[in-house]
Amino acid sequence: MARTIIDKIWDDHVVTEEKGTALLYIDRHLVHEVTSPQAFEGLRMAGRKVRRPELTFAVPDHNVPTTDRSLGISDPVSALQVDTLDRNAREFGVTHFSMNDHRQGIVHVIAPEQGITLPGQTIVCGDSHTATHGAFGSLAFGIGTSEVEHVLATQTLPQSRPRTMEVRIEGRAPQGITPKDLILAVIGQIGAAGGTGYVIEFTGEAVRALSMEGRMTLCNMAIEAGARAGLVAPDSITFDYIKGRPYAPKGELWEKAVDFWKSLPSDPQAAYDRTVTVEISSLAPQVTWGTNPGQVAGIDGRVPDPESFSDPVVRDSARKALAYMGLVPGTPIAEIPVTRIFIGSCTNGRIEDLRAAAKVVKGRKVASGVSAMVVPGSGLVRAQAEEEGLHTVFIEAGLEWREPGCSMCLGMNPDQLAPFERCASTSNRNFEGRQGKNGRTHLVSPEMAAAAAVTGHFADHRTLSGS
Amino acid sequence: MDAFVTLDALVAPLDRANVDTDAIIPKQFLKTIRRTGLGVALFYDWRYKDAPSDGRTEGLTADPSFVLNDPRYAGAKILLARENFGCGSSREHAPWALLDYGFRAIIAPSFADIFYNNCFKNGILPVVLLPDQIERLFSEVAGTPGTRLLIDLSAQTVVLSSKETFPFTVDPVRKTHLLEGLDEIGLAEKKAPLIDAYEKNRRERAPWLTPAV
Repeated sequence: MARTIIDKIWDDHVVTEEKGTALLYIDRHLVHEVTSPQAFEGLRMAGRKVRRPELTFAVPDHNVPTTDRSLGISDPVSALQVDTLDRNAREFGVTHFSMNDHRQGIVHVIAPEQGITLPGQTIVCGDSHTATHGAFGSLAFGIGTSEVEHVLATQTLPQSRPRTMEVRIEGRAPQGITPKDLILAVIGQIGAAGGTGYVIEFTGEAVRALSMEGRMTLCNMAIEAGARAGLVAPDSITFDYIKGRPYAPKGELWEKAVDFWKSLPSDPQAAYDRTVTVEISSLAPQVTWGTNPGQVAGIDGRVPDPESFSDPVVRDSARKALAYMGLVPGTPIAEIPVTRIFIGSCTNGRIEDLRAAAKVVKGRKVASGVSAMVVPGSGLVRAQAEEEGLHTVFIEAGLEWREPGCSMCLGMNPDQLAPFERCASTSNRNFEGRQGKNGRTHLVSPEMAAAAAVTGHFADHRTLSGS
Repeated sequence: MDAFVTLDALVAPLDRANVDTDAIIPKQFLKTIRRTGLGVALFYDWRYKDAPSDGRTEGLTADPSFVLNDPRYAGAKILLARENFGCGSSREHAPWALLDYGFRAIIAPSFADIFYNNCFKNGILPVVLLPDQIERLFSEVAGTPGTRLLIDLSAQTVVLSSKETFPFTVDPVRKTHLLEGLDEIGLAEKKAPLIDAYEKNRRERAPWLTPAV
């Protein structure tokens, strides 16, 4: 029977099945400091070990400061959480990229970078943006801390088979339209709960044309559409990216692996439980106006009138969102002023994102009254950017150049919005209070964040005048 | 984990869609290395007037406009909510906070997947009802102070005081685990021979999956 890539990976990982619940084998378990301490503590209390420490990789990312690391972590509670990860990794024999390791970074940036993420794998992490790794054609999803403990102890997870959804991206992306715009448009169309209960496979020529980093941006936000996982079938772009990375297979094993990976794409006749088509030929750069990622408009659009929505729940959500965001219906998106800019996160903190942002700010200056920061996704991204001189471009334009981490995507470290500050952010969530209490977050691409930085309001990065 | 069999309790209504886990418990409470004591932080930014961003929980003033601060819902163990409840991050701190506050069941038209899973791991029953049943419950709770519901997991029903009964579905395996308060890790460990066999086969079939370093 014809199968989707989702079915193929699933079938390949079922250890045993009972009443519709499979015990699923997990190939890679990524661990960070926020969602793991209680899981390790659980193991200790029950006298359990980590079953496969060599398949488990730990890195602190949420709490780490993005300023001078040599000073340590000033918040004692954050410091304890990071130290606890250190201690647990040592005690249980888990591979650990510590805060001062040059490879440290956001877990979803460093696992692909190190070749830990491979096609056809099951990958879990106590973090909803684990969906990122789906870019490689793997089944990657976020789990809770009890499940983290379960995977640590057994390398398996009881799961019921997900439904499959094809999101077919039709048409060619107009010039200057980024993967971030594509995924925001998808969420805008299907809604913040449109993918609940599904694993999404992104298909279409525009997806095939994306680089691995672009595919990571796309899959990263599958969770913002409610889907636990999103993936893209692997191809030569995938294989070229992985080849030669430290943890990737080598020599004869590499050849065997590639042969297998080529069998993963969905069979031509495979059926999905649901198919959605998203047309992008005339898409404009996207900017969210509300407090969930589905509340989004083009840069050429306006803040909608909540009363224009017929569904009462959608209308009520829009009303509450505009009140929180301090926005008036009918305001052109391009006239919304911003005072903070955040470029970074597991969505848009990779080298291509930084190159794109640097290109926009090069030769320009951050607008007066605007404060902007660039936080690379990992130590290696930071080093690469410095080798290319991107940091100089940012610093000369007046943006701050920081150390890697999750930073202001969720503000567990000191990088936060002040109340009522309005931010153009390349992160993934515009929830109330996400970047700081009463902070107002607008999600955009790196190019659009950069354009907002130099103009002080949202602006189409493709038509910025003068430099 | 405590078993869940039946629950006869007061209902508190939270009339808002897409309640995300950042709202259920904000980031400043995720730095803990324990899973207890988070009830005081539940719905922190909505619950307290001028809730500070440093995570302080003493000396704060309750915001009377927030529904859980209404004395008529004091002691509620069932939360009635709107669609896509628990969306966003995977933080299990969200169900830990709900449980610590006293909630043992949440009724909504839909839940986000990870949150839904996390509830079962902590002895909280998430109940999905049809949109018109949810509407009916919201108007019942608004119109009748002290509205209680009886949730019977074995029978898979929500029973109103009028004896009107709404059936719900739940995965049979999860149901058993919750009814008996079972330790899932212990259950999986009993299948260790199957896991061993899978791993042996996997090493032969896909040797590249063993990390190169």
